[in-house]
Parts: sequence; C-alpha cells; structure tokens
Amino acid sequence: MLSISNLQAVIGDKQILKGLDLEVNAGEVHAIMGPNGAGKSTLASVLAGREDYEVTGGSVLFEGKDLLEMAPEERAAEGIFLAFQYPVEIPGVSTTNFLKTALNEIRKHRGQDSLDAVQFLKLMKEKMKLVNIDQSLLSRSLNEGFSGGEKKRNEIFQMAMLEPKLAILDETDSGLDIDALRIVADGVNQLRSPERATIVVTHYQRLLDYIVPDYVHVLYKGRIVKSGPKELALELEEKGYDWIKAEAI
Amino acid sequence: MTPSYASYNDFKNQLLTAFRTNEERMNGASKTPVHQLRRSALKQFDLLGFPTIRHEEWKYSNVNGLLKEAFALDETTTLTAEDLAPLEIPNLDGNILYFVNGRYHAELSRLVSPTDQVQITSFAEALKADPDFIESHFAHYADYQENAFTALNTALATDGVVVRVPDNTTVEQPIILRFITDARDKSIASQPRNLITVGKNAEVMMAESYRTLGEQASFVNVVTEIVLGRDARMQYYKVQNETEKAYHIGTTQVNQTDNSHFYSATVTLNGNFVRNNLNIVLNGQHAEAFMYGLYMPNGRQHVDNHTLVDHAMPNSYSNELYKGILDDNSTGVFNGKIFVRPDAQKTNAYQSCKNVVLSPGASMNTKPQLEIFADDVKCSHGTTTGKLNDEALFYMRSRGIPKDEARTLLLYAFSQDVLSQIKIQPIREYLERVVTEKLGE
Ligand SMILES: Nc1ncnc2c1ncn2[C@@H]1O[C@H](COP(=O)(O)OP(=O)(O)O)[C@@H](O)[C@H]1O
Ligand SMILES: [Mg+2]
Repeated sequence: MLSISNLQAVIGDKQILKGLDLEVNAGEVHAIMGPNGAGKSTLASVLAGREDYEVTGGSVLFEGKDLLEMAPEERAAEGIFLAFQYPVEIPGVSTTNFLKTALNEIRKHRGQDSLDAVQFLKLMKEKMKLVNIDQSLLSRSLNEGFSGGEKKRNEIFQMAMLEPKLAILDETDSGLDIDALRIVADGVNQLRSPERATIVVTHYQRLLDYIVPDYVHVLYKGRIVKSGPKELALELEEKGYDWIKAEAI
Repeated sequence: MTPSYASYNDFKNQLLTAFRTNEERMNGASKTPVHQLRRSALKQFDLLGFPTIRHEEWKYSNVNGLLKEAFALDETTTLTAEDLAPLEIPNLDGNILYFVNGRYHAELSRLVSPTDQVQITSFAEALKADPDFIESHFAHYADYQENAFTALNTALATDGVVVRVPDNTTVEQPIILRFITDARDKSIASQPRNLITVGKNAEVMMAESYRTLGEQASFVNVVTEIVLGRDARMQYYKVQNETEKAYHIGTTQVNQTDNSHFYSATVTLNGNFVRNNLNIVLNGQHAEAFMYGLYMPNGRQHVDNHTLVDHAMPNSYSNELYKGILDDNSTGVFNGKIFVRPDAQKTNAYQSCKNVVLSPGASMNTKPQLEIFADDVKCSHGTTTGKLNDEALFYMRSRGIPKDEARTLLLYAFSQDVLSQIKIQPIREYLERVVTEKLGE
C-alpha cells in the first residue's frame, strides 16, 4: 500500500530525513518510535503533503501512485489521514461544518454524491458514539479552546468520519489519561480491516498495549535504524534508545 | 494624460459656483439661519480646500484621483424601478427609501411604519415643512471647521433623509436608505445629508446602502448626524458596495446621551476609494457604543476607516472590532481614536483591528490613538496584520478540502465576527452572499 524508499527531506537548510525506507501493506499496523527530534513528525508531515518540507530525494508510492506529486487535499481524497501531533485551531469553523465540507469534497473526488444534512447527521451520531465525543464540542470552533485531550479525541473522531485507507497517528497518545487512551485505541481498532493500514507514531509502549502493532520501527536521525516485531517496543521501553544509538553508529 | 495643476482646482471651483447659482435661485430663503450656516460652511470649505497627504488625517488617503475626475452635479435621472430591480436586497421588508444622485424618489420608495412610530421625510421636504427642527440639529454635531468634506456637504447638501423617532417608541420595521448613483451616462457627484433623532427610550434599526449603476465614475460625499436620547437604542449599518470607479467619503456623527446604546457595523465591499468616518460622542453616563467594521478591498481599491470615540462623561463603554481582508494591490487604513475626557472616570474602552493580507502587493496601515485624561479607566487596543494562517490551511487541506475552498472557509469565518452582529437578517444574508462571492473571485 505504502512504499517509501530512500526518502530525504529538508526544512530550510536542515536535512531531517536522510534516506528513509518503509513498506506498509494493507491490513498492517506499524508503530514508529524514536527519540525527540528524530524526524517522526517530519515523516508524518511529508506524507500528508506539508509544503514547508522540501523532498530532496527518494520516492513514496501509495497504492502504486506517486504520492509526492499530489496536493495535500488529493492525498486525503486518496485515503491518507494524519492525526496531528498539534491539531490546529480553526477559529469560526465548527467541527461539524468542517467535516461536512471535507467529507463531501472527498466524496466528490471519488465520484460519489454529497451526503445531505440528514445522512451526514446520522453518520456523525454513529461515529460520535464510537469515540465518546460530545455534540457541544462539535458545534464549537474547531480545536479553539479545546483541552489537549479534546483535541486528540477530535482527531480520532475526524478519522472515524473520513474512514481513511492509511491513518497516520502522530503521538495521539501524548497527554491522554488511560480512559482517553482507550477510546483513541478503540477508534483505531474499529477501523482496522484487511483493506486499511495504520502508522502509529508514539513515544511510549503504553498505547501499543491497546493498538497492537504488527511491526515496530525505530526512527533515529532521519532513518529507520531498526525494525522488529511488537516485542521490540517493550525492549525499547525497558532499555531506552541508547543501545540503538550505539548500534546505529 | 496628466492634468495641469490648475485643473485640480476645477472641481473646487465647480462646487463653489454651484453654491452661488443655487443661492441666486433662492430669493428670500437665502436669509434663513440654515442658509447662513451653509454659507459659513462653504467659506470654510473654500479656506480648507481638498486635503492633501500632508494633512495628518489624510496621510495615507490621497484624494488626487477624485480631483482628476470630471463630475456632473446632476440630480436628474431616467432611472426606473425596473433598473433598480437587480440591486434589490432579497426578502428585505421595511421602510425602503431610494435616493438617486442624492435626490429622494418617493415613487421608488416604500414607507410602511405608521407615523406615530416614526416620522420619515426627505431632507428637502423637512427643510420646507419644519425649518426650525432642522435648524435645531443641522450641523450641530458633524464638525465642518476641520473637515473639508463635511464642510462641502453642509454647504451643498440638498436632500437625504430626516428620521424622527418619538419618545418611548419602538420602530418595528427597519429603515433602509438606498443611495444609488446613476453613472450610466456621466460621472456624478452627490452630497446626501441625513439627520436621525431617536427620542428617549426609543428604538430603531437603520441601514444605509450605497450602490452605483453604470460605467462612469461616482462620488458620494455623505454626512449622517444621529442624536440618541436617554435610554435610546439604535442599530446602524452602513453598507457600501459600489463600482471600481466609485469615490465614497462619508461621515457618521453620533451624539449619545445617558444610557443610550448604539450598535454599528460598517461594511465596505467595493469602491475605488472609500473613506468612512465614524465619530461617536458618549455625552452621557452609562452610554454604550459598539462598532464593528469589515472591509475587503481588492484590485487597486483603497479603504480608509477613521473612527473616533469621545468618552465625555463617566461610566461609559465602547467596544470596537474592525476586520479587513486585503487582496491584490489594495490598501487599507484604520485609524481609531479614543478620547477619555478628564471627567470620564470609570470609562471602559476596547478597540481591536485585525487584518489578513492575501497578497504581497496589498498593504494595511493601522493607527490606534488613545488619549486618556482620566485615571480610573479600562482601555485596551490591539491591531494585527498578517497572512492567512498557513498551518490552518494545511490542516484543512490534509482533510480533503481544496486550497481555494479552505481559504474561503477561513476568511468567511473571519468575516463572521462582524457580519453576525447584523440584526436585519436579509441584510446579513445579502452580505454573507456577497462576501462569499467576493472571496471566491
Ligand atoms: N519548522 C522547522 N524548522 C526548523 N527545524 C525544524 C522544523 N520542524 C522540525 N525541525 C527540526 O527537525 C527535527 C525533527 O523534528 P520532528 O520531525 O518534529 O521530530 P520528532 O517528531 O521525531 O520529535 C528536529 O531537530 C526539529 O528541531
Ligand atoms: Mg513529533
């Protein structure tokens, strides 16, 4: 589904991704771990199409198509979703209005009819239950004045609404208490299917108790330096990253 | 073609001559106090002349373009109700008055409020029918000693509206003044003049709307004087949506007494050169003024909002929010003055001006000016001018919303802080539609 090879990206004159390789197949969950500043969010942003980053080498294929050629909105329509590490406040636009616009744009791109107000509300009710989110939150300006937990939960709600093929969660677990964490994990797990894949970027193995990954990768200094089964996450939790750093040199 | 220096004075001479020609036709009426006042206003206009950018109040707003045009001072028109149909605001009910080239047209207008709720007459008619009333208010509030355009209007204005709301009355239907310039055949200048008095504990909603028909240039130089009695409440909206060849200079002068509430929104959608002066004197305790503004110039348009809130008495409150969206090579000016007089203790005054500049060719000049002479006051002001938020744009695009639509959605939301304040629903809806259209351009 997703095939990243030798990906290199810079911001300003700073090289952040330095030849990154990653293969994700449909049905899989991949966890990406790594110390602060390793380039995890950069990878997520490059995949979503943030223009601040310049890709200077390598390729990214999504279902055989050149992802790097696509505008961010095309990537979304093709089925990529990024749950932001720091969701952005959108003053004056409610989550409801925002999602209705987004969903119908995506449907338009796929040649599907727009959902009318009734259909949209029905879908929303269904997904609200899934992530245990309150209607009052959805009528407010998107992310404006939301608590950290509310923002993260709203990201998962958006994911549930848009039903992406590939979801990338960038530290969605940070700042969440155990209940919120479970809700987020439930949201992700409900979406798990043989046609979909998930990349979970996280610092802590805690989340991986709930979203059990097929593979764990360590991103360090702009490259995947180690990959392994889910047990690798436990090892990292125990030993930290120093041994990896030593190995990587 | 660059006109010679002498031609800059042509427009001024034309206006001075027009005054004298009028005067000769007046016979005995030229002795009236109102006319004497007009005469002194004309003298003042002659003395001041059109302002140049050396004038502090006109530093960023150059009226040279205006002076290069050749305007007819012609109130005649062949305009019919049919011509006006495309300009109609859908679903608008109420008292709708049409003024063409500054002159009131009863046959195009519709007055629906009973006369015990409100008396609405044309300025020309009121001047004949009740000169004492006009004399007791006309030019008592809008200063013509310093402002050349107000002096010009005071001297030359022949028509406009006079609205009188009696004490303890709520005018149920809004009053909509539609000023149309018929610039289909030639460039037209007009000088409308409005006087609104709202009695004690009375309430009224009013809107001024400005449109131009035709391809030629237009110049509207309007002055509106508003007097609010004790406990009076007024909603006042000024909507300006003229052509790329429109010059618009307007002053709204508001005098508030004890516990009166004034809510205003000034929305500038289109025009070549627009200057809105909104001056409010809070001349009573517990008086409150709310001022909202939205302007969205594009092309080479220029929009200048000058506001002045004069806190003259204790315990008064003012709150101001102006927002601008500037595109292409447009320019904007916001100058917000707040005076707090020595006696005006316990004043609360808030001012904010926020701008989004969409293109590197556009620019915005903001200048808050606070002059505070009392010590027990709460004042705050802030201005921001920046690009559209890239982070927000990316966030929206990453959810599948195309760039242009994301931009429109963000800017529309930005404008809503102002438009949502408009309580005459058909006008708000009309503005929301025009704003959306303009954002989509
Ligand atoms: N806008 C930026 N300008 C300059 N450097 C940046 C910018 N964004 C991220 N970086 C740098 O890139 C590196 C990787 O950052 P990031 O991808 O956020 O790491 P992670 O998510 O793994 O903690 C860090 O050294 C960070 O300081
Ligand atoms: Mg990060």
